[in-house]
Amino acid sequence: MSKMHVEVVSTEQLIYSGEAEFLVAPALEGEIGVYPRHVPLLTRIKPGVLRMTVPGSKEEVLVAVSGGMLEVQPTHITVLADTAIRGEDLDEARANEAKRAAEESLQHATDDLSTAKAHAALAVAIAQLKALDYLKKRVH
Amino acid sequence: MAVGKEILTKIRSVQNTQKITRAMQMVSTSKMRKTQERMRAARPYAEKVRTVMAHLAQANADLGHPLLARRDVVKRAGIILVSSDKGLCGGLNVNSFKRFYAKVKELQDQNVEIDVCCLGQKALAATQRARLNVVASAVQLGDIPKMDKLIGPLTVLFKQYAEGELDAVYIVYSGFINTMKQEPTIEQLLPLTPHHMVVEHSHSWDYLYEPDAPSLMEFLVKRYLESVVYQALAENMASEQAARMVAMKAATDNAGNTIKQLRLVYNKARQAAITTELSEIVAGAAAV
Repeated sequence: MSKMHVEVVSTEQLIYSGEAEFLVAPALEGEIGVYPRHVPLLTRIKPGVLRMTVPGSKEEVLVAVSGGMLEVQPTHITVLADTAIRGEDLDEARANEAKRAAEESLQHATDDLSTAKAHAALAVAIAQLKALDYLKKRVH
Repeated sequence: MAVGKEILTKIRSVQNTQKITRAMQMVSTSKMRKTQERMRAARPYAEKVRTVMAHLAQANADLGHPLLARRDVVKRAGIILVSSDKGLCGGLNVNSFKRFYAKVKELQDQNVEIDVCCLGQKALAATQRARLNVVASAVQLGDIPKMDKLIGPLTVLFKQYAEGELDAVYIVYSGFINTMKQEPTIEQLLPLTPHHMVVEHSHSWDYLYEPDAPSLMEFLVKRYLESVVYQALAENMASEQAARMVAMKAATDNAGNTIKQLRLVYNKARQAAITTELSEIVAGAAAV
């Protein structure tokens, strides 16, 4: 069976790099599965889990990502992963916080940000739970 | 016999300072290695985003994203100033600030108003002292550059640019060349200059887009700019540790020299005191 090279990179580090025969990613408009020699595709992905079938191993490889972009080329796949949970509201809240920090030169987190942060933490927790769920299902 | 008690106290105090500077030097040495690794780890992402962006720009020449807009007249500019949070790192921040003030002056001479975004405690303190208009800041960035802390301040600037309040955005940071050499660097972030969009592919092909090209372009442009700033911050942190290591090495050496000199003075004083006492005894004995 043919293979493709998968790379998961974030701003902070290279998260995963290796060969795969099949990959499932949580795209913005629904999960998509990719086999080698797929037509070039560019899409955004939601916070969730990437699943890969790796040659020579029955175990699937799981990589949890907090959103980002998926670039598919016939022989290689790149995931530009976000390091932080992103979203319009959250970015807005962060922006307001940065403004306030500049105005007051204070480091206190404000209510606005703590709510947004809580949301983000929740999203991460959900992504992790999804990964766990998936693992459990596979065991049974 | 209590000769030169003050000198002894002084020696002891210099020795204590030397212990501290030596410890700081060693801490910086180990941190520097880590910060340099982090600096390198950030590169693949930036390159990848740039490649995809270049391809997207080539395939869809007219995307019309507000962040890609080019302005002929610059009325208001934003500058991101990156510094360390802590001091004791030689001339690192001062050199960056000099570069920054030179740019500020150059822009002010052209009647351009300036908004500043500060990353790092020292930058915030300096710009407030200079009474510049600080629109956003992030301090206490720690030893590990975190994207999470950058998103807020950057969103402020990029939103202003997209809304047409800013006509250009620059970033000033201390570029890491090697352990002994750090160079204050200034780069233009916005508007994106053609070299940001190097196109390598000659044959034409296009992606399937989901949901559509413009929204993906927006995503990419933002991520690209963020990764450039992240890279700058990571480099600044590596520079900080390197500069601190060198500064603390110099301080430790200087303390060593001072101790040597003080010892010499102390020994001389002690010797003189003994000689005086001896001659007094001899003179006394002769008088009897």
